[in-house]
Amino acid sequence: MRRQLAARLAQSLIVVIIVTTISFFVIRSAPGDPFSYESSTITPAIRQHWREQFGYDKPLPTQFVRYVVSVAHGELGYSFQMHEPVSEALATAVPRTLLLTGISLALSFVIGVIIGVLQATHSGGWFDRLSSAVLLFFYSLPDFWGALMILLMFAYWWPVLPAGNIVDPVLHGYMGGWDAFVDRARHLVLPVLSFTLLTMAGITRYQRAAMLETLPMDFIRTARAKGLSERRIIWRHALRNALTPMVALLGLMLPALLGGALFVEKVFAWPGMGLLAAGAIAARDYDLVTATVIVGSVMVVIGNLLADLLHLAIDPRVRE
Amino acid sequence: MIILLVLAAVFGPLFSSYGGNQQLDIVKLKNIPPSWQHPFGTDQYSRDLLTRVLLGARISLAVATLAVLMSMTVGTAYGLVAGYAGGGVDAVMMRVLDGFLSIPRVLLLIAVLTLWNPVPLSGLIILIGATGWFGVSRIVRGQTMATRQVEFVDAARTLGASDTRIIIRHVLPNIITPVIVTATLAVGNVIALEAGLSYLGVGAREPTPSWGSIFLDGVEFFAGNWWVVLFPGIAIVATVLAFNVLGDALRDVLDPRQLHGGPGSSAVPLTASAASTAPLTPGTDPIQNG
Repeated sequence: MRRQLAARLAQSLIVVIIVTTISFFVIRSAPGDPFSYESSTITPAIRQHWREQFGYDKPLPTQFVRYVVSVAHGELGYSFQMHEPVSEALATAVPRTLLLTGISLALSFVIGVIIGVLQATHSGGWFDRLSSAVLLFFYSLPDFWGALMILLMFAYWWPVLPAGNIVDPVLHGYMGGWDAFVDRARHLVLPVLSFTLLTMAGITRYQRAAMLETLPMDFIRTARAKGLSERRIIWRHALRNALTPMVALLGLMLPALLGGALFVEKVFAWPGMGLLAAGAIAARDYDLVTATVIVGSVMVVIGNLLADLLHLAIDPRVRE
Repeated sequence: MIILLVLAAVFGPLFSSYGGNQQLDIVKLKNIPPSWQHPFGTDQYSRDLLTRVLLGARISLAVATLAVLMSMTVGTAYGLVAGYAGGGVDAVMMRVLDGFLSIPRVLLLIAVLTLWNPVPLSGLIILIGATGWFGVSRIVRGQTMATRQVEFVDAARTLGASDTRIIIRHVLPNIITPVIVTATLAVGNVIALEAGLSYLGVGAREPTPSWGSIFLDGVEFFAGNWWVVLFPGIAIVATVLAFNVLGDALRDVLDPRQLHGGPGSSAVPLTASAASTAPLTPGTDPIQNG
């Protein structure tokens, strides 16, 4: 198992390197560069001067070698759009995205698993049918539209919660400790709600399927024969088995989650990584784009690794 | 439901008394709420929204169908070759696939579409198609490996059939069921995806009415003009829902082994080791592809 983990890690690192390389060349081969989008009052001569200053006039392979060397030194470059070093732009944006996705993922996983188990154990009953129908509806919602509707409902029609941003842009600076925390939490509710609802639907579907597959197995009958309580059989014996594929699914879902995060961030003006990357691409902010690609793929790799470790913890069979 | 949708898309606009891009009266009829004359209201250019939603159905359904057709063809071919060849070829092809699968599809599409903005509709179809085949080829590969060992394939080989003939005549018909199911689910998924891209301003663009691009211009003022966002959205959800239900039903009918499950339930190997397999079949799941 340990060797497999190492192999998997090596493979993931190769993927990170390849993805970074491709994104480096792709963004530079697209029309325009960071300076084509600066104010029109700047003369072509000055633009050319800037290009030379940052080495963007050099042939691509030379630029690539320079970039690799600087990344190896831990230097991710300068963001022209944000007017700050790339590392600082990322340091503000990444935790915001992690906060949003982390809370939502944890919530949707816990709720999804519970609902999935209840559906499977009462398969065919009213709860199963009702919740399956409702969840299929959420499952079919496009990310951004679901988020928009939640925004419309809770921020405009029934304005109980703020519509966007991470804190109140005007008042937050004047708030005391507790008020500031409440303000932050209030701004989290709607994005987290949207993200959780949209992610939960898929998780529940899989959990229900995995559980239905586990329940007829022999060891469940054995547990029943031993006289264990039904609750113990379902929540300890069966769930533990049915969770294994879920953990692997979690790893597989990560790339898509990053995509989903972008839409939620866009709708709720949540200035996280997705928005940062989208803005950087549009502005041809070379270094920032490449850096977000690196960070994003590393996040996926780490997530997969965590999923593997979790799998190892749950399932003794893979421990060899 | 889906037949109804296609009919509405094909014939619906014919019954409308307004043109899809016709600006009726930019002063008087701008942003009016739903009424008898305009059941879905009008947008900020005074265009009739119902007409545009019906026209949008054409674009959205066409984009999704063509893109999915493309991904399924590529994915099936890739999976067939990998699964049939086996050994080293298979290992390399699967590692490459793992790499593709770890790239967030949405972000990749947004990046490419933003960089080469504006991309024509045909380009959009090709891009969505080219990024949607990873999941299905994984399923096809698994099915092919299983089918390859069945007696009738051996029999065909003994009779002197070529590899190409065996793949097309004997293996393909036996693995096509999950592909059809995946394709059905993928159509719904791609409709949502296209709408999302258009919402971000990089998909189908004005004045072409796809379901996503219709409310791109409504979304700025959507608290006031909620109908511009609501109705195309309902169209999308209804369509995606219909395709998901159809996909589920198709699977139940075509493949009794998976009678109970959610997507790809039979592909859940409960004893799998973490590193050697990716247990759930990602292609059938909109979350995966979204």
